[in-house]
Amino acid sequence: MAEAETSDRKRNRPLSPHLGIYRPTLTMMMSIVHRATGAGLYFGTPLVAWWLLAAAGGPNGYAKFQGFIGSIFGRVILFGYTWSIIHHLLGGVRHLVWDTGRGFGPAEREWLAAANLFGSVVLTALLWILGYMTMGGQR
Amino acid sequence: MTRGTPLGRVRGLGSARSGTEHFWRQRLTALANIPLTIAFVLLAMTMLGRNHAAVVQILGSPLVAIVMLLFLVSVTYHMKIGMQVIIEDYVHGDGAKYALLIGNIFFCVAVGLTGVYAILKLSFGV
Repeated sequence: MAEAETSDRKRNRPLSPHLGIYRPTLTMMMSIVHRATGAGLYFGTPLVAWWLLAAAGGPNGYAKFQGFIGSIFGRVILFGYTWSIIHHLLGGVRHLVWDTGRGFGPAEREWLAAANLFGSVVLTALLWILGYMTMGGQR
Repeated sequence: MTRGTPLGRVRGLGSARSGTEHFWRQRLTALANIPLTIAFVLLAMTMLGRNHAAVVQILGSPLVAIVMLLFLVSVTYHMKIGMQVIIEDYVHGDGAKYALLIGNIFFCVAVGLTGVYAILKLSFGV
């Protein structure tokens, strides 16, 4: 009986509001995406280590890396990695601006969030267009 | 801030005994990552379409190698700090938390040193 009471009290105790409570806002989504792109980059960095190790290893190993990164799957990963880098980079600059105490106003924070998102999409597209233009015929 | 003992206030380290070191290093590596990541992206773009011999030559040249080494150290340190925050936020069981915190450090050091080893090997031409 005492145990049942305890577990009942545990179940019904008030919780601090969490994600499900709030109406999604742009700044909230951008905060989540900043963390998500950070985690994505974390697991993408071994690819950079593989690239460098393959280059240090020799032509055969390097051909394997090029085969992977040139495949559709590899390009999708590389595209996601590119966007994550740019998005996390711009988001990081936003955080550094906040660290100086600026950019917290209602209009400023919305503008910064929108610029972060827009900038990351445009810059990623530009980099890939540039990439295809400069190395198109070589693969 | 008048809480804590006088000695504690002088040290300014708080209950976690590390003060603002974690916050500061995250910002320090973040700041370093801005130019280093831009350089890395541009370097990678110039190399990804080229053949092995050309890539070896570019990666082994002193300036590129130094930029890549700085990039690897700063980024993997930043990775370690960032993932630690994520783990501390979401994993509350002591066993799983410490396993992941330890694994996080091993992972970041392994990834970083693999890259550093490769760059040094290319630079010294062995």
